[in-house]
Order: sequence, then structure tokens, then C-alpha cells
Amino acid sequence: MIRSLPSSKRYRGGFTLFIVLYFIFLFAPLVVTMVLAFNDSMYPSLPWQGFTLDWFFGNGPEKYGIFHDQTNLRSLYTSFKVALAVMIVSTFLGTCAAFLFEQENFRFKNALYFLMIAPLVIPGVILGISILMFSNTIGLFIENHMNVYASFLGPGFPLVVLGQSSFISTIVALVVSARLKKFDHTLEEAAYNLGANKAEVLWFITLKYLRPSIIGGAAMAFLMSFENFNTTIFLVGSQATLPINMYMQVRDGSTPVINAISFLLILGTSIFAVINLSKGNKKIL
Amino acid sequence: MMKNRRHIKWGFLFFFLPVVLWLFLLIVLPHLELLRLSFTKANTGKFTLDNYLAFFNEPIYWLTFVRTAGYSIIVTFIVMVISLPVSFYISKIVKERISGALMILILVPFWVSELIRVYGWMILLRESGILNHFFVSIGLFKEPVEMLYNDITMIMGLVYTSMLFMVVPVIGVMDDLDNSLIEAAYDLGASKTAIWRTIIIPHCASGLVNGGIIVFMLVLGSYLTPNLMGGKNSLWFTEQIYNQIILYFNWNQGAAFGFLLLALSSLIIWVLLKLTKQNLKEVVK
Repeated sequence: MIRSLPSSKRYRGGFTLFIVLYFIFLFAPLVVTMVLAFNDSMYPSLPWQGFTLDWFFGNGPEKYGIFHDQTNLRSLYTSFKVALAVMIVSTFLGTCAAFLFEQENFRFKNALYFLMIAPLVIPGVILGISILMFSNTIGLFIENHMNVYASFLGPGFPLVVLGQSSFISTIVALVVSARLKKFDHTLEEAAYNLGANKAEVLWFITLKYLRPSIIGGAAMAFLMSFENFNTTIFLVGSQATLPINMYMQVRDGSTPVINAISFLLILGTSIFAVINLSKGNKKIL
Repeated sequence: MMKNRRHIKWGFLFFFLPVVLWLFLLIVLPHLELLRLSFTKANTGKFTLDNYLAFFNEPIYWLTFVRTAGYSIIVTFIVMVISLPVSFYISKIVKERISGALMILILVPFWVSELIRVYGWMILLRESGILNHFFVSIGLFKEPVEMLYNDITMIMGLVYTSMLFMVVPVIGVMDDLDNSLIEAAYDLGASKTAIWRTIIIPHCASGLVNGGIIVFMLVLGSYLTPNLMGGKNSLWFTEQIYNQIILYFNWNQGAAFGFLLLALSSLIIWVLLKLTKQNLKEVVK
């Protein structure tokens, strides 16, 4: 049954087979996507036509590799900008929230805490449309009453950043809170006794202690923003982010350049995941 | 004392203001606006129930809604059934040394964006896909079969993309299960089914419910997987929302749909929490 108990060969063998199949199920789509990035064919499918790096470095006239594909490069750049901004905003908001809920006491604290974790169980599509509608209403109001057209309230970069931050901040807050809970407050008292003021204690003692979790939370925020689709699709303007751009190509039929992008992203996220996991950060949400 | 009490707590405000601004501007007010728009007429801005009546009068709308809900429950259930043995194997059967490595292997694919994972399945399953190529070449199929664009494939895709959010909490509770309970039952002659039914599954109930809440919410709100893997007839409710807002530009109708989806997911989560006497705080931990 379990490690310490004897079990029949058939039971053990059957169970192992099940797990092997499970892992094949888990990795088959990723492996296939990665391998086909190197197939010398116009379509992401078999038969194997020979090895090529054209889908990475090709510069026409037939095959434009990712490094010469202007549309995809531009969306990659947009995604980087968005992810960087979301990372900054949500790390700040999330860290503030962690301090607020772990160290302060005030009226309606529980209600506010409930509001903070709600975005985790609100479907991303709903967050997207409600923020779109709200900012549109404010934009109309400003236009009607002040005669200014507030373009930043329409779909586009600022709205995407705000929309993604609305729920990614919660994740950062949970990651930072988990570490702040274990903080030994006598360290702060010692610093006060030695003459430090509040800002100094915060900067030199508490934030220093929280640094691993803040960095971990920020990294996760970056990745989640980079991959987000459901919320972004409603808020994005003319500048598509990478997932949106890829989605349109996948939907309408694609060349293996999508496989090349996927190859790079899978490689990047796997390295990131292994580093993050080996540091004992098992939180996945 | 009096002077001290009137003194404004700057430290508190520094954390409090950003968090309150975030939660009200990006969560509370947008959702109120969503609710308001769902009850107003498109051009006049007058109160109306038409948007909700349209939902109940057009079978295509409420049928999609019911189908989406039903399939989400089925997917959640399948994910539970698969996750139990997988978690059991990793937590209890395999040698401890390997278990950590397997855990990382299980987590890595889920850091990769949903779009890439779905794309991998498309490459595998479509008519010109890898599996067809393979089956035709070994003579199992006479000619390629379209395996994409049907409900079963879509359900498999949804199971695939949401699996991790069940496996991780279930492994968590499985690790807490004391092996000696299983050993004792075994020594007293309990059958495997009896051990599973009376010890393992009851012990894992909380992990299953926590995972179930997240999986259900993700599946209900997913867009990419049903859109890219489902057929013409397997419309997901998020696609209806997308159509109303992006294609028909009927925001009021879209707001009503969005609110119905939000109400459904909140209701099911609430029921699950009540049934297991938990609160949301424990689930997101």
C-alpha cells in the first residue's frame, strides 16, 4: 500500500505505469511543440523535413524567424513593458497590504481582507470587463464635464497594467504575508532601543528580512503578467501583448515561428520555475 | 495622552491608502459599474431588465450557461479523481528522494502559459497533427481523423490546464496523513478499497475542496481552451461575453452575462465552503 508496507509486484507495477502515463500526458504537448521549432517545414507538423534554425534566425524570403519577425518582436517588447510595470505596481501594493493586514489593527479589517482575496476567485474575464466599463464611464464623465479627452482611460497600456495588477497584487500580498507572519518582532524593538526611527527600522530590519519573499513575489508577478490572457484581452488597445498576438496566429493557422517562440518561453519559464522551486517557494497561485 | 491620540498615524496611512485605493478603484467600483450597466438600456441609460430577460428568452444564451456550468463541474470531478492517485504515489509510495524531483517535474509545465500548452495539444491532435501522422503510418488509421474541435477533447484540455491546482493542495494534505494509520488498518486486515474509503479520502477532503474551488473557478472562467479546442457547437459562456463586448459592442448585454457568471461562480464557491465549514481565508493560504 505505502512505502513501509509490502505490496504485490502487480500493484506496484500498475501504479508506476499509471504515473508514467500521467507524466507523458503532462509533457507530450510541450515536448512536441519544442521539437517542431526545429523542423524545416512551413507547417508545425510532421513529416520531419530535416533540422533547421530558420524559425529562430531566418531572414526571409520564405521563412522569417522570430528574431526577424517584427510583429512578434513588437508584442514581445510590449509584454516586457507591461510585465515590468505590473511587477512594480503589484509588488508595492502587495507589500503594503501584507504590512496592513499583518501588523495593523483597524475597523473593518476582516471585510477589507475579504475584498483583497476576492480577486483570486473572480474569473479574470470579469475583472477585465468590469475595469474596462468603469474606466470608460469615468472617461465619458471627464469628457462631458471638463471637455478633455482622457486617452489613458481607454484600452491600452495603462489599463492593461491596472487590470493585471488588480489580482496579481493579491498574490504578492499572500507571498509576503507568509514570511511576515514568521517575523520576530523583538528585532524591531532592539533597533528602536538602539535609537533607530520608524523609517530606519522598516528599511534596515523589516524589509531586509522580507527581501526573499518580495523578490519571489515580484518574479511571480512578472511571469503572471507576461502570460496573462483572460483579463488583458478586454483591456488591450492597438498594441497587442505576446499572448494575444500568439493567440491570433494560433487561431488563424500558424507557421513554426510560434513553436520557436514557445521553445524560448518554455525554456525561460522552466529555468525560472526550477530556481524558484529549489529555493523552497512552493506557492503556485 | 490626548495629544498622542490625535496624532495622525502616518505609518498606518502609508499602508492603508494604497490598499484602499487599489481595492475600491480596481475591484469594488468596477463591479458596481458592471452591475449598474447590466440594468440599464444601451442608448438611453434608463433602468431595464431587458438584458437579463434576453438571457432567459434566448435558449442559446442560457443553454451555453448551463452547459458551461455542467462541464465545469464534470472537469472538476475528473481532476479530483486523477489527482488522488497521483498525489498518493508522490507522497506515499515513491522513495522520498524521488518524490521531491517528481514534485518539481509536476509543477514545471504549469508555469508555461496556457496558450502554449493548448497549442501543443493542437499540434498533437489536429487532422494534420502528430498523432494522426503516427497512427496512419503504423496502419491503425486508414486516413487522418480530426480529433480536435469536439467536447471530449475540450474537456481533456480543461483537465490538463487546471490539474496542478488540485494536485498541489492534495499532496499537501496527503503529506500530513500519518502513515501509521494506514499501517494499522493494513495490519488489522483492511482491504485497499476500505483504506481508501475510510482513511485516505476523508483525510484529503479539505485539500480536495480547496483545489476544487480554484479549479472550478478557473475552468468556468477559461477562454483559450474552449475557444481553441472546442468545436463550433461547444461555445463557452466566456465566449458569449467576449462576443457581446468585442464583436457586437453591446456592453449592457455583456455586463449582464458577466454578472451572471460572477454570481454562479460565487454561489458554487459559497456552497462548497459551507458544506465543508471553511472560510475563504483558509482556502487561499
